[in-house]
Amino acid sequence: MKNNYYQPDIETADRKIIEKLQSKRLTEVVKRVYERVPLYRARMDEAGIKPEDINGVEDLGKLPFTSKQDLRDTYPYGMFAVPMEDVVRLHASSGTTGKQIVVGYTQNDLDNWGDIVARQLVAAGITKSDKVHVAYGYGLFTGGLGIAEGARRLGCTSIPVSSGNTARQLTIMQDFCSDAIACTPSYAMYLGESAAKAGIDTSKLPLRAGIFGAEPWTDEMRREIEKSLNIKAYDIYGLTEIMGPGVAYECSEQKGMHVNEDHFIIEILDPDTHLPVKDGEKGEIVFTCLTKEAFPLIRFRTKDIGTITHEKCKCGRTFVRMSKPMGRIDDMLIIRGVNVFPSQIETVLLQMNLSPNYQLIVDRKGVLDTLEVQVEITEGTFSDTISDISRLEHELADRLKSTLGIAAKTTFVAAGSIARSEGKAKRIIDRRN
Amino acid sequence: MFIKQLSIFVENRQGALSKIITMLSDSGVNMRAVSIADTQDFGILRVIVNDIDKALDTLKSKNVIVRANNVIGVELQDKPGSLSKVLGLLTDGGVNVEYMYAFVTPGNLNSAYLVLRARHNDKAEKILSENGIKMLSEEDIKNM
Ligand SMILES: [Zn+2]
Repeated sequence: MKNNYYQPDIETADRKIIEKLQSKRLTEVVKRVYERVPLYRARMDEAGIKPEDINGVEDLGKLPFTSKQDLRDTYPYGMFAVPMEDVVRLHASSGTTGKQIVVGYTQNDLDNWGDIVARQLVAAGITKSDKVHVAYGYGLFTGGLGIAEGARRLGCTSIPVSSGNTARQLTIMQDFCSDAIACTPSYAMYLGESAAKAGIDTSKLPLRAGIFGAEPWTDEMRREIEKSLNIKAYDIYGLTEIMGPGVAYECSEQKGMHVNEDHFIIEILDPDTHLPVKDGEKGEIVFTCLTKEAFPLIRFRTKDIGTITHEKCKCGRTFVRMSKPMGRIDDMLIIRGVNVFPSQIETVLLQMNLSPNYQLIVDRKGVLDTLEVQVEITEGTFSDTISDISRLEHELADRLKSTLGIAAKTTFVAAGSIARSEGKAKRIIDRRN
Repeated sequence: MFIKQLSIFVENRQGALSKIITMLSDSGVNMRAVSIADTQDFGILRVIVNDIDKALDTLKSKNVIVRANNVIGVELQDKPGSLSKVLGLLTDGGVNVEYMYAFVTPGNLNSAYLVLRARHNDKAEKILSENGIKMLSEEDIKNM
């Protein structure tokens, strides 16, 4: 199979070249933020760090972190590193919790953003002659306009349908002959179901690729979407604070997302020590912007948990690959020294078609932590025989053990018996303290 | 011939069982037979009732996980060896009994009734009917 690169020189560059470029750009961006962003100057002064102390990626660990709270504290424009006359676009993120933040882009920032999105489009096999149906929302949210920027850089046709009105989406997809679609994975699932209900044979449509991101999704969802829309589905990663979609992108191997390392440095840090973990080990995802002019963040703590690998990818790209975020650091539990995330348990429950209503009971027997996973029984999982239910409990225990790395007791409980707050089940009961 | 049995998931903790039984009796459903199989964590309550539809509606409206399934009801003659005869027929026919329980009715103290479920229920039913074993119908249950 042909490998599709948009900028092959950098996408497949030798690791030494990438690291050299990162070092050069890191020293430049640190100088810029020290001069222009009061928060960074204050933090670096406090830590006794001068821009001259940063000579390359090996010095990254000396730099202070940036938190989401910092962005709220400096709202709206306190983190901007250029005068407003150079800012050509604003985007905002409300975040799932708390006050919104606003980010800015210069013309160069938009061009770079377009380039990294174009890398994803090309990796998904999209060419200049294709039409990309953009069903992400257009507006302050980065999804719609971010994908459009990539399409413009690549020179393919974007169809700015924006979100909503599913019947119209399907009509446009058929009438305009969309070759690819970009939207959230949950909306792609819904589109697939709606197409089937409307009697549309998706195998007869030109649609062949989908680019999905902006929310967590599972491999099961990917298979479902690929089947119902008859496409290959690609996972694009991004966050408003850093750029928007395109911070990392997936190749046709579908084994992790390549981080655009000429523009960003990714670190995976141990949640306690804040030191880098080894490849494949879980930790907090932290990003540093290398080329951003308007809103360059240094060591931004995403609070998302993930892993990276430097292993060579079959596609030929040399950028490191990151996993999908596996959960929020705030939800992390340490059980018998192992980091456990509720999202890992949710994935297993979903794979086994069990109820999403579960709770974790963490306790301590003597010196040993214990974990019990209680799951509500459903009509679909209930059986008239004890052995069937016990078998399911054992299967769940086995799967959890291989996913979490620690043993858990599994128990089915009556439907509706797990307490809910604001419609959501209360997930964790920690009795250790 | 089969009769319908309700299987209900109950947690193995205080009050869980009586809650379900109360739901049924409050709705005016009469229980002909009750059995419980349990493990350390949970149990399966199995009941034969006079009005299966009403019982199902009642439980489902209260968010209880319940399933109606076919079981075989056998009327055992009041003489020694009648139970072992039934079980012997099934064993000879290569049918495994998954569970069984017995009940009597105040109206007919000369008979005992057996409820059983086999891994291959259809095969078990066929063997018993071919050997002239008297089996209960839904009608019989209603009229008990
Ligand atoms: Zn790759």
